[in-house]
Amino acid sequence: MQFLNNLMEKYRPHFQKGGKFEKYGPAFSGIDTFLFVPKHTTKRGAHIRDGIDLKRVMIVVVFALIPVTLFGIWNVGYQHFSQLGVEKGFWELFGYGAIRFLPMVVVSYVVGLGIEFAYAIIRGHAVNEGYLVSGLLIPLIMPIDLPLPMLAISVVFAVVIGKEAFGGTGMNILNPALLARAFAFFSYAGSMSGDAVWVADSKITDGVSGETILGALAQGKEVGYSVIDMFIGYIPGSVGETSVLMILIGAAFLLFTGIASWRIMLSTIIGGAITAFLFNLWGINTIMNFPWWQHLMVGGFLFGTVFMATDPVTAAQTTKGKWIYGFLIGVLAILVRVFNGAYPEGMMMAILLMNVFAPLIDHYVIEGNINQRLKRAKKIVTA
Amino acid sequence: MSQDIRIKKGLTIKLKGVAKKKVSDLPRTTIYAIKPTDFHGITPKLSVKVGNKVKAGDLLFYSKENEMVKFTSPVSGEISEITRGAKRRILDIRIVADTEDTYKEFKKEDPSKMTTDTIKSYLSEAGCFPFFIQRPYDVIVNPSDVPKAIFISSFSSAPMAADEAFALQGQEPFFQTGINALKKLTSGKVHLSVNGEENNMFNKVEGVEIHRVFGKHPAGNVGVQINKIDPINQGERVWTIKPQDVAIIGKLFQTGKYDATRVIALAGSAVTNPQYYRVKIGVKLEKLFQDQIKASNVRYINGDVLTGKWIRKNNFLSFYTTLVSVIPEGDHYTFFGWLPFTQNKLYSMSRTFFSWLTPNKEYVLDTNMNGEERAMVLTGEMEKVFPMDIYPMQLLKATLVSDIEKMEKLGIYEVAPEDFALIDYTSSSKVEAQAIIREGLDLMIKEVG
Repeated sequence: MQFLNNLMEKYRPHFQKGGKFEKYGPAFSGIDTFLFVPKHTTKRGAHIRDGIDLKRVMIVVVFALIPVTLFGIWNVGYQHFSQLGVEKGFWELFGYGAIRFLPMVVVSYVVGLGIEFAYAIIRGHAVNEGYLVSGLLIPLIMPIDLPLPMLAISVVFAVVIGKEAFGGTGMNILNPALLARAFAFFSYAGSMSGDAVWVADSKITDGVSGETILGALAQGKEVGYSVIDMFIGYIPGSVGETSVLMILIGAAFLLFTGIASWRIMLSTIIGGAITAFLFNLWGINTIMNFPWWQHLMVGGFLFGTVFMATDPVTAAQTTKGKWIYGFLIGVLAILVRVFNGAYPEGMMMAILLMNVFAPLIDHYVIEGNINQRLKRAKKIVTA
Repeated sequence: MSQDIRIKKGLTIKLKGVAKKKVSDLPRTTIYAIKPTDFHGITPKLSVKVGNKVKAGDLLFYSKENEMVKFTSPVSGEISEITRGAKRRILDIRIVADTEDTYKEFKKEDPSKMTTDTIKSYLSEAGCFPFFIQRPYDVIVNPSDVPKAIFISSFSSAPMAADEAFALQGQEPFFQTGINALKKLTSGKVHLSVNGEENNMFNKVEGVEIHRVFGKHPAGNVGVQINKIDPINQGERVWTIKPQDVAIIGKLFQTGKYDATRVIALAGSAVTNPQYYRVKIGVKLEKLFQDQIKASNVRYINGDVLTGKWIRKNNFLSFYTTLVSVIPEGDHYTFFGWLPFTQNKLYSMSRTFFSWLTPNKEYVLDTNMNGEERAMVLTGEMEKVFPMDIYPMQLLKATLVSDIEKMEKLGIYEVAPEDFALIDYTSSSKVEAQAIIREGLDLMIKEVG
């Protein structure tokens, strides 16, 4: 640690104003502030500051993603070999999953952080921590068979058009991770949807069916999995979305630390549950009859609720707005599932659509506050 | 008595080094100074020159914008120096004090028998109008205004704040006389907020509307209390004043002397024996710090650690402050300091530290930023420490882009920088909220007035 500090101390002057590599200062300080919380002291405003910073916030979310990531890696192996009917040990399954999944993580981070650093250098601002989370989320919501170049291009689109074009972290309108998925979905539909992408190598191996539960339901088929399978996550799907249990562990961590909004999580679940319940009452086809509480357990609903809808930048920002925003995501996600046979999972579209509407929701909530203030002033004048 | 006010949103920060309840007289220093920089937005017009002799209560300078706002000398002596900064801006007016003060004689008066106008000119002559701060804008009042109410917060909930009831011991009659004068200045009521947890001299004050306030910091902020008692609407003016200044005014009426004596607290983890001192406004602080500071790398703050002004050791006591804080500087690197659940010596609102387990522990905090400034990302965290019916983040953003119409609508008239101090503290993006709001208020003064 002292050695590292000495090392950084030696090179810091070169990257500061007037130094040899001043231009690359943002990139250097990106690494420097990763290693050390800087010695910056308060200059104006409060003289003391809370220990929390954006880096800590982002790392908390990454920690919350670790259970789903580990389980997802194992499940990649499990789905592949169990469908082939081959018995394998835990480490073999995990190892297979890791070999398939880790390259996606590497590609996502290298491409995404590369763009972030490049923008920081060109624009001369600090490297923002936002991509630490997005970089892991993106591979977690992709099918395991997605070719790496497609992943890389999706990341480029999400970061450049989705985020940097708007001014970087904190300024974007759409959730970057979901934008990457949406981009891949519409550009490479064959690799992103259908029955043959959700289990590793299902396209090239006979006897492996990559069909998801929602896919089966949309085609009016029976669900071949038990509720326990859904809860623990022994089902095919995007890497991170399958295990309800692991997502709940992540959610508990986010709620305990107070980083994610419990209001959004709760209202999304309420919205989804009510909508699915109403369809149960209607019940004219297989997917409408799918029990409402199981709707919440399959597909990307819960993963989206916990990790995507709660993204503070793209969600509604007011307390009342958060309730409305979450509720509508839940409603829309189930609506899309039920009415759009070609696209059985509605969570991505629901969240992206509500991302667009979040500022409008906030606008009306704030208008309410403004009107209250105006009314108060008028009362005085007329009194 | 009116309804109790309970503040649930907020954060009480407990720091090590709270002043012990003991008052010492600080030996008289040779130099005192009044700093025009303490008075935001005032352009001073000097009435004295270097070499002039002044008595305590003699005019030093007045406001160019309003001649009724006069600034008088806290001690008697000789003007020794007028220091100027960039663009010849006056930084301070220094007075070499006599060994004993002689006072300018004002008439002894009973304010309850005076008219509003005579009280105003009396206060103006003695230099007492700078004690009154107006909302909106958080600047010195315009004496010709008639405020809709006057608000006094009798306590501060800021870290290590001075106990005003303790500081005013023995001054009760002066305080009451001061209140009697204030009553004549407003068309409405004089509101006095008291700490709900305590029963002290302020509960016995007559002729005011007493409000008991409970809860977390910023419960003691007058802005929060105004928002709960009688919020400010566009076009309205209210005045605020601090308790010790009310006593100074009361003493002026009773004795005919402008006695700028204050009991201030010296506090902070870098102080050997934190305690109270009896001093005069503008005292040179060097003597206060003598043999009292444990380390060399410390920060001296005129005021509390959330809203105070950073000063050098040889500076002077600010006009408004009743607290001088000294805390360690934080210019150090912390290896992997951002890892959750590490660095538990810091106090945090978030549960990524363990400080929520020990709410009564007194912390030693330094001036490290504990991170770098970033774009606003997290939402909802500002609202947690902002107990007014205002959207703080939206107001800050409107202020950042100088959208005057929106600032008005979102409630800029009700806030002062100090109300945003906790946002400075808790922000994970290290937003400089107080500075933003100050600039916004200055813009409003310029554009709306």
